[in-house]
Parts: sequence; C-alpha cells; structure tokens
Amino acid sequence: MELLSFLKPKNQLEEGGRCSAPVQQDDGEPEKKCPNCRKEIPLSRLWANNLVCGCGYHFRMKARQRIQMIVDENSFIELFTDIKSSNPLGFPGYKEKLDTVKVASGEDEAVILGVASIKRMRCCIFVMEPYFMMGSMGSAVGEKVASLFEYAISRRLPVIGFTVSGGARMQEGLISLMQMAKTSAAVKRHSDAGLLYIAVLTDPTLGGVTASFAMEADIILAEPGATVGFAGARVIEQTTRKSLPDGFQKSEFVLEHGFVDSIVPRSGQRRLIGELLRLHNGRAEI
Amino acid sequence: MSESAYDRVRLARDCKRPTGLDYVKNIFRGFIELHGDRRFADDPAVVGGIAMLGRTPVTVIAIEKGHTAKERSQRNFGAPLPEGYRKALRLMKQAEKFGRPVISFIDTSGAYCGVGAEERGQGQAIAESLMEMSTLCVPVISILIGEGGSGGALALAVADRVWMLQNAVYSVISPEGCASILWKDPGKAEAAAKSLRLTAEDAKSLGVIERILSEKDIGRKEFYDRIRALLSEELAVLLQDMELTQKRYDRFRRLGSEASVKEEA
Repeated sequence: MELLSFLKPKNQLEEGGRCSAPVQQDDGEPEKKCPNCRKEIPLSRLWANNLVCGCGYHFRMKARQRIQMIVDENSFIELFTDIKSSNPLGFPGYKEKLDTVKVASGEDEAVILGVASIKRMRCCIFVMEPYFMMGSMGSAVGEKVASLFEYAISRRLPVIGFTVSGGARMQEGLISLMQMAKTSAAVKRHSDAGLLYIAVLTDPTLGGVTASFAMEADIILAEPGATVGFAGARVIEQTTRKSLPDGFQKSEFVLEHGFVDSIVPRSGQRRLIGELLRLHNGRAEI
Repeated sequence: MSESAYDRVRLARDCKRPTGLDYVKNIFRGFIELHGDRRFADDPAVVGGIAMLGRTPVTVIAIEKGHTAKERSQRNFGAPLPEGYRKALRLMKQAEKFGRPVISFIDTSGAYCGVGAEERGQGQAIAESLMEMSTLCVPVISILIGEGGSGGALALAVADRVWMLQNAVYSVISPEGCASILWKDPGKAEAAAKSLRLTAEDAKSLGVIERILSEKDIGRKEFYDRIRALLSEELAVLLQDMELTQKRYDRFRRLGSEASVKEEA
C-alpha cells in the first residue's frame, strides 16, 4: 500500500473529472465504492442522487427511502403493520434470525406497504426491503401483499409494487410456497376488477416472487442492471455445467426476451409512474 | 411413522414408483394426448389431454418423469420448461371452455433450471398459471404422486382439492438445496428434510392438502381403482358446488394467515 496515496485524488470524481459540480473536499466523509466504475463516491452525494452512481449503477435501496423517493411528500400512510412473521414450522434458528434481522434492518418484515399519492394520483404501494432477509417471501409478506390487493379492490385503487427478493423464505417451508398462490389469486381479483397494477423489478428479483406477483403486473418496469430471473445463476451453472452468457438475467436481457415493458432508471420512475397512473385514471369523454 | 423425513424423500424419488402416465393410463379410459403450447414447443415433461373418468370427460395434466434412463432423459427428468406450463394452462383454459373438470398429477423436483428456460420466462409461465388457475370455473383436483418441488409443482396445483400419496413429498426447496444455502453443507439434507416438514402428514397438518392416499398395492389394479373411485366421488361433490372459485380463493387465502402474527391494533 502506498503510504502517501491519500495525497492523490482517489478517483475522477475527486478530480472533478466526470461531474459538473466541484467536489467538496470534506475530509473524513464516508464513501462507498461503486462496483461498476470502481470509484469512491461520498455517501452524501450518493444519497442526494437516490443511491445512483454517476456511471448509472443503481445501489440497493432501503424500502423507506424508496417510498420517500417515489410518493408525494408526506402522503404515505402505512397499512397492515400488525402482520408479522412467526415461526410456523418451528424451524431451527429462524426465530433468532428474525430477531437479529429486525434489529439490523429496523423493520418488522420484508415488505412495507400502504396508500399514498404519486403526482397527486392516489394509489396503493408496496415496496420490498432488501435489508430484511433479502426480501424473502414468508407468510407475513404474502399476507401483507394479498391484504393490500384486497384493500385496493375495495377502494378501487391501482397498485404500484417494487420487488426485491431472493425468493420464498425456506424457513417457512410449504407455508411460504403457498404465498405464491395466495398473492397470485389476489392479483388476479384486482386485475379482474379492471384495476391497474404496475410492478418495478429491482435488484434482485428471483424465485417465488418472480414466479408470482412480480410477473403478474399489467405494466412491468425494471431498474437498469437488476438481476431478474426464476432460478439463481449459480444453480443454473451447477445444473447445466455451462457458463452463462454475458448479461444473463440482467434487466436488459429480460427486456430483450420480452418479459418487461421498459427499463427505467430511478431518476425517471416517479414521473413515468405518475404519467401511467394519470393515463389509466382518465375516462374518455367524447 | 417409522421412516425419517429423508427416507420419504428417497421413496418419493424412487424411479420404480408409478409415474404420471401410469396414473393417466390406469385411472382413465380413452386418453387422447394433446401436444404443444401453441407458442414455441411441446414439452415432453408435461403430458396433457382429454380422457374419460367413468362417464365424465375430464382434462388430465401429468408431469412425467419416465422410468428407464432413456425415458427419463427424453422427459427431461420431469423438470418442466416454460412451454410445459403454457401447454398445461392452454389445456386448462380449454377444459374451462368445454366445462370439463381438470385433474393434475404432479411429480417434479422443480421447474427446469437452464438458460433457455430463463430466456423464455420460466417465472412468468409459473406466475401466469398460478393466476389463471385461481379463477378457473371448473373443478380442479391435484394429486402429488412423488416429488412436489416448489413453484414448479405448485404451478399445476392451485386446485379445489390437493391430495398426496403417502410417500410423496411437497416442499419449497429440496432438502439438499436448503442445507447448502442455510448451513453451507448439502450433507445436512437429512436434518433439512425434517425441518422443512415436507411429508404428506406435515402437509395435511399445515392445511396444505386435504387427503393422504394410501400406497397399499401401489401400481396394481386395486390401487388405481381406489383412486378412480375417490376422484369420481369428489368430482360429484365439486360439480354441484356453485361457489367453487370463491372457495378456492379462500382455501389459499387462509394459508399462512394464522402463521403471521397479527397484533391487536
């Protein structure tokens, strides 16, 4: 390690290379390294830019920050906060795991949902939490999502959903598997009621969530570079013993194969979703 | 129960067990196979068609693993591709159009994991099947005859009645997969099998299935006669039911509702 490395600018950002605004030389400010362009980005800048690097890389985002980014200020009212996971199978170590994750994430479950307005259009919204067991779907996630769709049917509201999930929560066994059928049935009822559902797939959306409510929306958007698929890449490699093509299961790959409608960076999501809500709200008056 | 949960997994995977087509041929009369998903291909891992159950025409769907090495390879070891689910859904919608009940036989380690399956939307195919089966206007009975591997099995089991053979298993993940992800040790599959509660008795006590089918005389005429009689009896009940789709919705809606703790607001 070079002893004097701190004297040199660490990256182009610090040199003022690729950004227009002058870089603050705020000594000691924590930074995060972008896995894509390898640059160190000051956290304050990253936060101000909704956790998107100058190179376009989208970092994972906590559900509550995402809600703040998407909905009108102070419009979010959280629902179904009383639904929490228990340990239905008595799976060894699961209760302890839940306790730890609750403290670490500050959340009670892997999905946060409620009603809000986006560009003054009322809607239901659910956002999955990557920092809660990577958004895995257990009974509480299934129950909350199904309850939200039923709530949306009773009030004739559209649903906007941000998915991030490693899949079903295996510690809840068959009960977690059944959430795929339960949520799908609720989405179907919402759809049959003529109501709009927009899903935004974020990194990663896999397994049981892909194979249920993530892929059941009327309009499916995805964030750039998000991994979207059914089986995990490692499992596929082990099963087929073949190396995977470049960009496999990235949202661009999924778009190319026809399974998402559009790839939308964070900076454009609020505007586009607002526009889509407006388009589906108006009645034709001739 | 004398065997361990993992013994059940071994039994469920035993290639000498009757496979989907054995049930189709021995329970029904005059099976006419219908091929293809009308979009891309015909998946040999999923067999479907029309047959007679007594005097009632029914649509039959079966995941087929094959018995011999050659058959198993030709059937892709009973791991369906997206085309398999799309074929099944096509035939189920056809059954709905003509008022035929649907009976599905499930035996898969899971939906196929491969590049082509992902490219052609394995997740989307399963999701669509789950969504559409939930409102199918005809009775649906699903029987898990061997392995019930995760979403790939559930995709054909959103039914009014779900039954399991005594030694079939139904699980969100294989015990090996669970052990390697949770404990980084696939060797702990036996412990995982026990913790996952994947036996027929477990599934029944969790409210996931309605009935356990005895394996007495398995593969013999008496065995198939018994299942045929049970199916006929149950279909007679379901065909009279005017609230079929509401009850099917409620059947899945309540699963896990008690498992998640609701605190007093």
